[in-house]
Amino acid sequence: MAEFMQSSAYAGVTISLIAYAVGAWLKRKFGFGFFNPLLISIVVTIVVLVGCNVDYDTYNEGAQYLGWLLTPATVALAIPLYEELELLKKNAKAVIIGVLAGVLTSLLTVFVMAKLLGLSHENYVTLLPKSITTAIGMGVSEELGGYVTITVAVIIITGVLGNILGEFICKLFRIHEPISKGLALGTAAHAIGTAKAMELGDVEGAMSSLSIAVAGVLTVVLSSVFAGFM
Amino acid sequence: MKYLRQFLIILGVSLIGEILKAVLPLPIPASIYGMVLMFILLLTGALKLDQVRETGKFLIEIMPVMFIPAGVGLMTSWNVLEPVIIPVSIITVITIFTVMAATGISSQIIIRRGKKENK
Repeated sequence: MAEFMQSSAYAGVTISLIAYAVGAWLKRKFGFGFFNPLLISIVVTIVVLVGCNVDYDTYNEGAQYLGWLLTPATVALAIPLYEELELLKKNAKAVIIGVLAGVLTSLLTVFVMAKLLGLSHENYVTLLPKSITTAIGMGVSEELGGYVTITVAVIIITGVLGNILGEFICKLFRIHEPISKGLALGTAAHAIGTAKAMELGDVEGAMSSLSIAVAGVLTVVLSSVFAGFM
Repeated sequence: MKYLRQFLIILGVSLIGEILKAVLPLPIPASIYGMVLMFILLLTGALKLDQVRETGKFLIEIMPVMFIPAGVGLMTSWNVLEPVIIPVSIITVITIFTVMAATGISSQIIIRRGKKENK
């Protein structure tokens, strides 16, 4: 079995998808945020790969096609955004101020925590772009002289955490407006948070997609300012 | 044919996004260029919703699954993460809360104020 796994291009991906489906079923059945299909799938897949001694490259030979669809899917996010155009026009001020507040808070939180925890300048700038989409975040980290591999890992962890905790945090801070929920998820947890926003509703999804682009661009500009603080 | 044509259009926009990324010297990914371009095409009416809607919705619906490989890829970054795992974990968890609160609460105040004025 383990030997077959090590050479199969389909086994790993199939396990990921089965784990995802089981996670989605558990979530429907029990309704806990803890049963996050994405998290369950990632954990189960890693456990199986490590258990069968399969390396990531072998797994990725099949799994990369899932990632290949990410660009067209992100392009498609413009569709719900267009469908909610009226809503967007009516709430332009809330969108801009909300996302700007989130981006500044993200940079400021990283700055304050890095100071408190005594991080080096390199580790600090590595974490600055942690809330934005991977491809933009990588560029920012590289530009500022951070460790790009760590930035990528932290961005993904941030996204998955946002996906898991998003609904709970909205309840905690009494964020009830669908527009605000979407903006918060997209600004704090980029595309992986947007996947959650899409599950919550069309308005949440559209606002979250918009936040990915706006927060990404704002972070490119503002992180170079923040990099000089420490 | 409908789905194939829709997929082709979405891929075509992705391709233009990729070309823009190659030409422009900004740290912006192809997917974001593509998203903005798709939005402009819909806005100007160059593309109709019917030409992309179903396939687009399908892609969005299965989007969470596309993050699985990147998530599983964390198993290879363990050795770089390990030395900084404690500060990084603390910062990551706290930022999720602060950012969502800042964006959610500030935008909600503006939206609700707007609603009141309209009444």
